[in-house]
Amino acid sequence: MESLTNRRKLIESKPLNFLERAYLPAILSGLRITGKHFFRKDVTIRYPEQKREFSENFRGQHSLKRDEEGRERCTACGLCALSCPAEAITMIAAERQKGEENLYREEKYAAVYEINMLRCIFCGLCEEACPKEAIYLDGDIVPSNFLRKDFIYGKDKLVEAPLNQ
Amino acid sequence: MPILKKGQRYFCNYKMSLFYFIAFLSILFALLVIFSKNPVHSVLYLILTFFTFTIHYVLLNAQFLAIVNFIVYMGAIMVLFLFVLMLLNLNNDSEPVKTNLVKFAAIIGGCCLLLTVAASLKVASPSIPVVLANPNLGLVKGLGKVLFTQFLLPFEISSLLLFTAMVGAVLLATKDKTNA
Amino acid sequence: MELAFVGQKFILVGIIFLISLVVAMYSTYAERKVAAFFQDRVGPNRAGPFGILQPLADGAKMFMKEEIIPTRANPFLFIVGPSLAILTACIGTAVIPWGQKMTIGSTVVDLQVTDINVGVLYLFGVVSLGVYGVMIGGWASNNKYSLLGAIRAASQNISYEVAMGLSIIALLMITGTLSLREITEQQHGFWKDGYFSWNFFKQPLGFLLFIVCAFAETNRTPFDLPECETELVGGYHTEYSSMKLGFYLFAEYINMFVSSAVMSTLYFGGYNYPGMDYVNEQLGNTWGPLVGVAVLFGKIIFFIFFFMWVRWTIPRFRYDQLMDLGWKILIPLAIANIVLTGLVSTFLR
Repeated sequence: MESLTNRRKLIESKPLNFLERAYLPAILSGLRITGKHFFRKDVTIRYPEQKREFSENFRGQHSLKRDEEGRERCTACGLCALSCPAEAITMIAAERQKGEENLYREEKYAAVYEINMLRCIFCGLCEEACPKEAIYLDGDIVPSNFLRKDFIYGKDKLVEAPLNQ
Repeated sequence: MPILKKGQRYFCNYKMSLFYFIAFLSILFALLVIFSKNPVHSVLYLILTFFTFTIHYVLLNAQFLAIVNFIVYMGAIMVLFLFVLMLLNLNNDSEPVKTNLVKFAAIIGGCCLLLTVAASLKVASPSIPVVLANPNLGLVKGLGKVLFTQFLLPFEISSLLLFTAMVGAVLLATKDKTNA
Repeated sequence: MELAFVGQKFILVGIIFLISLVVAMYSTYAERKVAAFFQDRVGPNRAGPFGILQPLADGAKMFMKEEIIPTRANPFLFIVGPSLAILTACIGTAVIPWGQKMTIGSTVVDLQVTDINVGVLYLFGVVSLGVYGVMIGGWASNNKYSLLGAIRAASQNISYEVAMGLSIIALLMITGTLSLREITEQQHGFWKDGYFSWNFFKQPLGFLLFIVCAFAETNRTPFDLPECETELVGGYHTEYSSMKLGFYLFAEYINMFVSSAVMSTLYFGGYNYPGMDYVNEQLGNTWGPLVGVAVLFGKIIFFIFFFMWVRWTIPRFRYDQLMDLGWKILIPLAIANIVLTGLVSTFLR
């Protein structure tokens, strides 16, 4: 049948000629190719010391953001936990007391906020669900660890550093 | 020079005791070939037996024969033996049941062998097993010269024999294809 | 006198043994490094500068690993296998002339353990014995993959030994001797009587056949069918762990070292190099031969590098292709080479 695109190529399979059957020229050209690679600059990156630049939409470790005055933005609404397809997020809400206005922006805040990094699939749905712009996946690659319990990150690891420091 | 002679005698004695030790080992391994239940073990003992033969050749200063024994028997033929036995995977179940006739024939054959050995022992006279008349007899040069002058005809005939065997093997291997 | 001689040989054997172990150790490192370079990577670089201590780390790991002998395996032969493999790998170094006769003080040291007059055949015998380690280990493991690997090893080695022997015969027709020392001395310098003195230039086809067979005998890619991972898990060493596995791997690298040394000695002049007489005159009889030893090791290292280069270039043969190559191409070529050598040496002289 006539090809519509006109891009079809007919492939001829000729029997190998003597030089091709002798196999050695092919080996030599193969050796030449690998020999060229021997002197080529390596393309790998020595990871812990060197880091490749992340792309703009890279999603790494979560961070809980603070507002302009250094107060935690999270109000423990639980939408992130609800949106999480991997069930990685859990939290316990608490009411803000008098005198804590400089710590928490809203009247309710997350007393405990935990993300299990072994469950997390870094999909970024929590980031999209958050109405307070409190959680962003803008961190580094989550480092490896020896124990499962060490992969449950609490507020100590997740909350952004205070502004005044 | 008496000192040198003493040294030589010492060397000879040491060689003799080595010879007896190796001879003992050859017989031991040869017996183990027969008495071990597992055929693969038998072959391994046979390899050791051949290895002791190689040492015998070295003691006789027949380096070429030693190495050839080493390459051909230990390195090639026994590898093939082992190869086949490993593929067959023989165990006690697959051992064929021997009929009484076979057992009877085996007994007679064994007795004949024993008789021959006993008879040959009776005729045998003590000889010096390690000392050769011409110590360079076993070296490559000496052997080559003898093979290609004095024994040229038998040498060529044996090569013809080997060639025939080779052609026969090829013929046997390809026979089925031509018929089919 | 007698005792001094024995002591001298003992020291020489010790040094050669040590060197071959170190070379084997660093071949494992070199293999990984060379592979990395061919694949535009860096290779091991954590243990020490440039990862130079990596072999020590690997060795420590090998010794620390759990020793496992399968319950259905034959325990005695299971241990004999790797021991035999490494033994046969090591004894090949005994007949290789490492350098010219060296004078230290007033004693003349022969840099060769023993110059038996059937040296080439001895090497050949050792090579043919090498297959037993693999076969016994593979059979004793009582594992189908191991047995298949062992059987492949056996048939491969037998097939390629024939071609290897025939390619050497053509060389021996030129040299007229089986002693490796004499063969090396005949290749003295680089240029003699209006032609190159190295045997490679007299036997190019023979060398080609020999190096292909050497790849097959050392079970290196493209002929590493006995241990081909994609089909047979680990081949004959599937069931091995700990240092017994280490011995098998070590044996492969020592075999590579020995066959590189043999190739340099038989075809590339061994310790001979262009202008060696002048250098020997300048440096005297102690340091001059050492330069020759260094040259020999340079050649050996080049061949080891070549082994690795080929490994990371050419894919593995299929089994029937391997047998076809051995029996239908290499052996006829080797016989043709013998006939050709015979004709040339009869009519040209």
